Amino acid sequence: MKFMKVLTNGIIAENPVFRLLLGMCSALAITTSVANCLGMGVAVTFVLVGSNVCISLLRNVIPAKIRIPCFVVVIATFVTIVQMVLEAYVPSLFQSLGVFIPLIVVNCIILGRAEAFASKYSVWLSVADGIGMGIGYTLAITIIGVIREILGNGTILGFSIFGAKFMPMLVMILPPGSFLLLGMLIGILNKIQEKSKAKEAVK
Amino acid sequence: MKLVLILLSTIFVNNYITVKFLGICPFLGVSKKVDTAIGMGMAVTFVMAVASAVTYGVQGILDSLNIGYLQTIVFILVIAALVQLVEMVLQKTSPALYQALGVYLPLITTNCAVLGVAILNIQQGYNLIESIINGTGGALGFTLAIVLFAGIRERLELANIPKCLQGFPIALISAGLMSLAFFGFQGLITL
Repeated sequence: MKFMKVLTNGIIAENPVFRLLLGMCSALAITTSVANCLGMGVAVTFVLVGSNVCISLLRNVIPAKIRIPCFVVVIATFVTIVQMVLEAYVPSLFQSLGVFIPLIVVNCIILGRAEAFASKYSVWLSVADGIGMGIGYTLAITIIGVIREILGNGTILGFSIFGAKFMPMLVMILPPGSFLLLGMLIGILNKIQEKSKAKEAVK
Repeated sequence: MKLVLILLSTIFVNNYITVKFLGICPFLGVSKKVDTAIGMGMAVTFVMAVASAVTYGVQGILDSLNIGYLQTIVFILVIAALVQLVEMVLQKTSPALYQALGVYLPLITTNCAVLGVAILNIQQGYNLIESIINGTGGALGFTLAIVLFAGIRERLELANIPKCLQGFPIALISAGLMSLAFFGFQGLITL
């Protein structure tokens, strides 16, 4: 039962992008199309689960003083695996994600979960945490990606949805759009949370 | 001439924060006050210039041993060690500068701009001098953006903002507007 609780924690209550505000660089940069977001989400989830498992297994062996370099080496190993697999099998995705694949190493979500969760709990729960956080991250960047692709390009996963007369809102594809959109999304989520809290208080 | 163009283009046209999205975490985290933003900017400039030079040499070693696929692992370790080294050297040689930069140095290891600039230098095939110029320019652009942003955020403290937008949301929206302003430089320099 606890497995499910840890799993869902990462998806909603502690969503890494909307709630913990971790991993912003990639969330802002690669969300120009839905395909990019899904690819990045899978890559990050794989690295998260892999590094969480390894670090959880090694948690009693790694000396506390040099734990951060140890975590970084484990994470960098998994990132290199992802990098090689993507380059070999989906070169187009590898091209469009570019430098942000190797930069998964310094994505704060992964190091943050290693430090805050995997180095303290058992392997089983760490897997749940990795999957939950991974899904939460994928979900968040896909929401951003869907909005940006529809407004900025008039397509979703490459399929045109508005027909030829649609004038795309170019700014949404450009960097400023992603800052504005993420700011507004977090604002809206805050508003929803505020309202639901007020309702509970009334009850 | 090419060096000047690289420098100007990384500072203004391809600014690391507003156009390339590298180093957003410290940009949002350490930008509440102008003083701390300047400190962070100086620390990043120092480390990025040194890291560009060192990683250029390391890439040469990796290439000669034919183990280029270890790039990511080796670079992040080199940067982590470098940051530690810079911290120790500064502590011994100039305590005043160490006092000013001390708290920000450990944070730089996880700044994606540093690893990003190292990888981009290799990808674009820059030589040693160009790599250092690119690193320094990128860091100066980072400093420019974070100091300007800290100035805006200091003013925002006093503004009357709807409750749901306070804190991060309004910071992101103002960063978006700043990014729009930086887009004015687009197309100014083509390399």
